[in-house]
Amino acid sequence: MHDHRTYPPGDLAIWIFILAELLVFAIFFAAYAFTRVGHVELFNTYQQTLDTNAALANTLALITSSYFVMRAVAAIREDNIKHCVRWLIAAIVMGLLFLLIKSAEYAQHYSHGINLRTNIFYMFYLSLTFFHFMHVIMGMVILASVAFMARRGKYSAADHTGVHTGASYWHMVDMVWLILFPLVYVMR
Amino acid sequence: MKYQSQAVAKPYFVAAIGLFVGQILFGVILGLQYVIGDFLFPEIPFNVARMVHTNLLIVWLLFGFMGASYYLVPEESETELFSPKLALITFWVFLVAGALTVLGYLLVPYATLAEMTGNSLLPTMGREFLEQPTITKIGIVIVALAFIFNIGMTVLKGRKTVVSLVLLIGLVGLAVFFLFSFYNPDNLVLDKYYWWWVVHLWVEGVWELILGSILAFVLIKTTGVDREVIEKWLYVIIALALITGIIGTGHHYYWIGAPEYWQWWGSIFSALEPLPFFMMTVFAFNMVNRRRRNHPNQAAVLWALGTAVMAFLGAGVWGFMHTLAPINYYTHGTQITAAHGHMAFYGAYVMIVLTMISYAMPMLRGRDAANSGMSQVVEMWSFWLMTVSMVFITLFLTGAGVLQTYLQRYTDDPMPFMVVQEKIEIFYWMREVAGVVFLLGLFVYIASFFIGGKEPEEA
Repeated sequence: MHDHRTYPPGDLAIWIFILAELLVFAIFFAAYAFTRVGHVELFNTYQQTLDTNAALANTLALITSSYFVMRAVAAIREDNIKHCVRWLIAAIVMGLLFLLIKSAEYAQHYSHGINLRTNIFYMFYLSLTFFHFMHVIMGMVILASVAFMARRGKYSAADHTGVHTGASYWHMVDMVWLILFPLVYVMR
Repeated sequence: MKYQSQAVAKPYFVAAIGLFVGQILFGVILGLQYVIGDFLFPEIPFNVARMVHTNLLIVWLLFGFMGASYYLVPEESETELFSPKLALITFWVFLVAGALTVLGYLLVPYATLAEMTGNSLLPTMGREFLEQPTITKIGIVIVALAFIFNIGMTVLKGRKTVVSLVLLIGLVGLAVFFLFSFYNPDNLVLDKYYWWWVVHLWVEGVWELILGSILAFVLIKTTGVDREVIEKWLYVIIALALITGIIGTGHHYYWIGAPEYWQWWGSIFSALEPLPFFMMTVFAFNMVNRRRRNHPNQAAVLWALGTAVMAFLGAGVWGFMHTLAPINYYTHGTQITAAHGHMAFYGAYVMIVLTMISYAMPMLRGRDAANSGMSQVVEMWSFWLMTVSMVFITLFLTGAGVLQTYLQRYTDDPMPFMVVQEKIEIFYWMREVAGVVFLLGLFVYIASFFIGGKEPEEA
């Protein structure tokens, strides 16, 4: 194991970006929480219309993907480019699975005529999950470009800041979901 | 000057400064009309003066952006401009069209102007900031296309840098969103909805890319900090600017008849619009502190730092003050908006154009890298005169706006608009005084070009 790790891992710029993103989500979560106080019953009622199983499957998909990303980082630390790329692709596939499940959920809502204007709960639910959905796509683009660069031999055990940068962003996307899932789907 | 064709920037900068003077003269007239209602009536009614004040601002900033691009892109691309001749042709077309339009505003009644210019064929006139006759708008599109073609071809044939790419994206965005000025639906909600695609997505969207790239260019040149470092900052800043700015459009949709969810989307995303501006400030000071050399043009460095600070205050802080829906419910369209508008436009866009002029003009006038020390001192005086007086204009308008919001909308016994206007008159007088100081500062600025002779200045 190489132990000349820097803190924070990856490029400083991505951390500024991550902090800014987390700030947006934090404000969104806070707005959700405060609005819920005024509409507890409405929120509880419509929360039950959500597909918790699908969301649970998605939670597992994202946690697994984060594990895969971690393995990719471990692989590049051992100069194993091939494995690094494979683990990254595996993580992207899990991201794709997330998008598929979430899209199926959206299709279900759409067929019931639910949209942003249906009520304040759905406004928050759709806004929050869609904003996160876009971040999953963004994260997948970042992971894909890291995998592409890795394949072209841009990273090594000695220098793999880029892998750390992509991994940090992906973990952020995962972590936000880990707050979003209980907050919007589970907590009553 | 590294490339001969950069010289085409000069007439653009000269025209920009000339129109800037016109804008401020009309600003001073307008300020007086707030307290002496019939000043210059009927020759220059308030609505006409306001139109000239805002339209001149936009036109001279566009001249500034174009001049900045013509200077910046050849140097970034390490090649001569694709067509300096085309750049000069578009300069004259734009200047003549702009001058004719302003003369049209001043010499004939607006309705007559609409009739004369065939507005009925494709009605686009009569909307705030988009008052230009349809033919002028078409002219703007043609000039913009020729300009982007010229800049784009230069980028394509030369070195491609992040700075010139971000600039190009900003300029293309500017042109694309202007097209919505031709969309003028009868439905007032839809009209307003898309009107903001020009107005908001310009100043809180694509213009920020132009601002960011010009600032990055001047900082690369004046600090000698590694391009890679500056480019990384630029990436993060523009990503944040777009994420917050695009959905932040929603803060204009609260009360126009758009769906209610915009109150949430608009509030949350626009509340974060100060972030990219804050980062710009951190960025600018960081780069100047890490400078590898002391550039002889200290005036340009001052303008660059000033841009970052004032853009954050004017666009960021003063924007945040009234962007949340529950607050905007009371402050909407009061003098608080005017306060924000003044400092944001000055801090972000006026100052970035002046930064670029300050950096480029000495070279365009055949000097090594900077004006003489004497000239720079005068320029710095003008910086402080204009900036401090703009701070006061903003503070006085904010005072007026807070009082107006309270008396007209928040108190238990709301007063009529005109009664309130009389009560806040003192703020308007003080604003007018600050406005006159700003005009003096502008004269000092112009004087700085003629003071100090040609002797080069060593750092």
